[in-house]
Amino acid sequence: MALKRKSRHFNWTRKHLLGLRELSEEEITFILDTARGFEEISKRSVKKAPPLRGKVVVNLFFEDSTRTRNSFTLAAQRLSADVVEFTKKLSSVSKGETLLDTARNLEALGIDIVVIRHEAAGAPKLLARNINACVVNAGDGYCEHPTQALLDTYTIRRKRGTLEGLKIAIVGDIAHSRVARSDMWAMTKLGAEVTFVGPPTLMPAEVSRLPVKVSYSLDEVIEHVDVVNMLRIQFERMGGNPFPSVREYSHYFGLTAERMKRAKPDITVMHPGPINRGLEVESEVADGPNSVILQQVTNGVAVRMAVLFLVNHAAAQRA
Amino acid sequence: MKTILDSEQVGRILDDMCSRIAADTRSKPNVAVIGVRSRGEQLGERLAMCLAGKLGREVPSGTLDITLYRDDLNSPQSHWQPQVRTTEIGFDIDDKFIILVDDVLFTGRSTRAAMDALIDLGRPEAIRLAVLVERAGREFPIQADYVGYHADVKGDERIRVRLVECDDKDEVVVE
Amino acid sequence: MGNELLIRNGRVIDPANGVDGICDVLILDGKVAAVGRVGDAGAKPGRRIIDAAGKLVVPGLIDMHVHFREPGDDEEETIASGSAAAVAGGFTSVVCMPNTKPAIDNETHVEYIHRKGRQARKTHVYTMGAITKGREGVELAEMGFMAEAGAVGFTDDGSGVQDASVMRRALKYAAMFDQVVAQHCEDRAYAGQGVMNAGYYATILGLPGLDGLAEEAMLWRDIQLLKKSRLPVRYHAQHISTAGAVEIVRAAKAQGVPITCEATPHHLLLTDDCCAEYDTNYKVNPPIRGAADVEALRQAVRDGVIDVLASDHAPHLQSEKELEFLTAPFGIAAMECALSLYVKALIEPGLLDWPALIRLMAANPGRIIGVDKGALGIGKQGDVTIIDPDARYTIDVNTFRSKSRNCPYHGWKVRAKVEMTIVGGEVRFDNRRIENRAQTLDR
Repeated sequence: MALKRKSRHFNWTRKHLLGLRELSEEEITFILDTARGFEEISKRSVKKAPPLRGKVVVNLFFEDSTRTRNSFTLAAQRLSADVVEFTKKLSSVSKGETLLDTARNLEALGIDIVVIRHEAAGAPKLLARNINACVVNAGDGYCEHPTQALLDTYTIRRKRGTLEGLKIAIVGDIAHSRVARSDMWAMTKLGAEVTFVGPPTLMPAEVSRLPVKVSYSLDEVIEHVDVVNMLRIQFERMGGNPFPSVREYSHYFGLTAERMKRAKPDITVMHPGPINRGLEVESEVADGPNSVILQQVTNGVAVRMAVLFLVNHAAAQRA
Repeated sequence: MKTILDSEQVGRILDDMCSRIAADTRSKPNVAVIGVRSRGEQLGERLAMCLAGKLGREVPSGTLDITLYRDDLNSPQSHWQPQVRTTEIGFDIDDKFIILVDDVLFTGRSTRAAMDALIDLGRPEAIRLAVLVERAGREFPIQADYVGYHADVKGDERIRVRLVECDDKDEVVVE
Repeated sequence: MGNELLIRNGRVIDPANGVDGICDVLILDGKVAAVGRVGDAGAKPGRRIIDAAGKLVVPGLIDMHVHFREPGDDEEETIASGSAAAVAGGFTSVVCMPNTKPAIDNETHVEYIHRKGRQARKTHVYTMGAITKGREGVELAEMGFMAEAGAVGFTDDGSGVQDASVMRRALKYAAMFDQVVAQHCEDRAYAGQGVMNAGYYATILGLPGLDGLAEEAMLWRDIQLLKKSRLPVRYHAQHISTAGAVEIVRAAKAQGVPITCEATPHHLLLTDDCCAEYDTNYKVNPPIRGAADVEALRQAVRDGVIDVLASDHAPHLQSEKELEFLTAPFGIAAMECALSLYVKALIEPGLLDWPALIRLMAANPGRIIGVDKGALGIGKQGDVTIIDPDARYTIDVNTFRSKSRNCPYHGWKVRAKVEMTIVGGEVRFDNRRIENRAQTLDR
């Protein structure tokens, strides 16, 4: 489907992508438009283009992640960058090298772009303030996961043309979800109406001040929405027991085939992955015709290519 | 600003160029046209249509975006915002006889980028270059196989090709 | 030879004695000898004369909540560096918190703090003792021995005593010694892993929130314990930070519960949107709250619900504050500019006048910790702070005597500067000399 090109004469100036809260609608649209041009590269037999040739991207991952890291690695490699993998599982008790020391050391090796995933919200901002390289946030605490939200909105735009006027439900552990927050910023800026759905125990403080609607009932919401994004239940992040059992959670908030019967026939089903099958989404739905879960993964590479390309170019212009 | 080619002249030149290409490719069943974004895209489509008519068979056409292959992409001196757009080539270019179409041939750098971009997509049998306007100022050893019009302009003058598909009319002006 | 000092022509403010007027203060051999118009007759040879015209001459200020980190974290602060910072901030007495490494939980440790304080020869250094051994909240520490060694109260500051039965025992036992029991009110289980005020900003910044209810719940619990015990024990709520806590204290005071409480500069000045850039200099516990809380605290100061202003000076190394917001330590070091901050929060908006401010910074804390300080009566310790109320300056952390720089007020334009700090009749800090020297160097 053809995309609107509002952003033709836009000038991208950010050398970091730290979050979507600070981005304008035009900036988000520009990234998405740029990503469109990168989609084709991944379909070639030789999946490579030269714009980041000679640049070094470091994947600085302090949290487990296979998908996002692989996606960034592929994105960087398809742009001909060299990629350094730096994975470190942090332990809050271990008094090792600080984040800044690690980053300064990497910078001394001559890196151009840091892709950082960290359990501490604000870690990408801390880096951006203190090093010269470009910083791309690949997920910080439960603050933001901007490239995930960009690929989510990209996928919706590809599927439905625009986000303007769409009703989108984001379902699950909102309180501890960086995806929910980044999605909220991106989707509302692009004109969608977002509803957070989940038990009150998984809603963040003062959720009423966010630009979203809130519902504690998926059943009430499912009939009205155009898109439903089922968040992964992250047991490791929740702490305590915000719901009594998995069984009860999926009874109220799982996207079952039964619930799908009451949804609009063309509802788009999304999930940031990896799926807990049968918990958030039943297999039949995840693999069904409304699901765009695998397109999300594919689009993730194009979106990340666009982001790497843009921040690098902004840095080059400032040099 | 002065107009060097009006709409009628552009049409005649394209038709003439098309006839020459048709004459050379009559025995080439594998001919395909690829236009370079942005104005080459529309020129390519027109040429492909025209060529199909003259050859009496389908001529596949596609569009190439060379932004990622430009050699000034990461140069801090050039303050421009790259607009990455799609490359849309709906056919395999391996062993194709490619007519590469651009609006203006000046330094030759865009053509270099376009050839690199094409090579990343496959291994064509040959690439021929067709341009609507050619001017002096080559920085790379690149010459066109089909030239529509040779413009005598000064070094600091700019040639602008306007096409009805994206502008209001066909014309070539010097600024 | 006697140590004689005459401070002339200043506006002497001594709320405890109802003094507020232009007069002189004579200090002989470390004690206040006269407050009034001494006149030229007082200017005897050999006597140091300080002209305080246009300045405020007030009882030495008391900061009853500081962390000097010694023993254990001497790289952050020492009693010597902290004492130097104290006199630069106009404080002639400070009360160290016992959350050092090891915790101050026996008389030997108390004596160690006192000895280091005397050696520093800057300010009077007092300490509170821990309520429980090792501040672990389980077994009572030796309050009696610590009291005899000169501890001026008890607290497990850094954390609250979680177990209500332990706290009840602590309050009952402390009643023997007429010492204040101070509490850092925070229900740890409820507070969870919070690092900033729970609310809108915590939500959008993705940081775990510290709900004000964690403070209020423990404060309320302690007040119920006090009501139940009916013992003559004085309770002091440290660094209260929420509108809810203010209401709880207000109600308790109205019912005659023997409770006092303190507020810090940051809780009177800052709101939690300041954390938006993840600047760890704003990470403090209790956290910086919302605008309604700040407003409630300011009103509570005006209404007399808050008895004391205390800095909660909590120095930390730059390398620690350079960590992620989630992992950086809590604390703000601002003792040296605390006076100017109170002026900004309370005097500039017209909530307090100078006598009322001095009462909260001298007489009241002196009374609560049970030291004979905070007033300028004849025969009292010659602790005097001279303030230039009109001086305007820009806070520069690089001029701090403290070892640490974790102060979010760097670059703030403020009013009221400490001119001179006199401890026991000795001039221990003299900003006039410092500024004269600076001018000489400039030439």
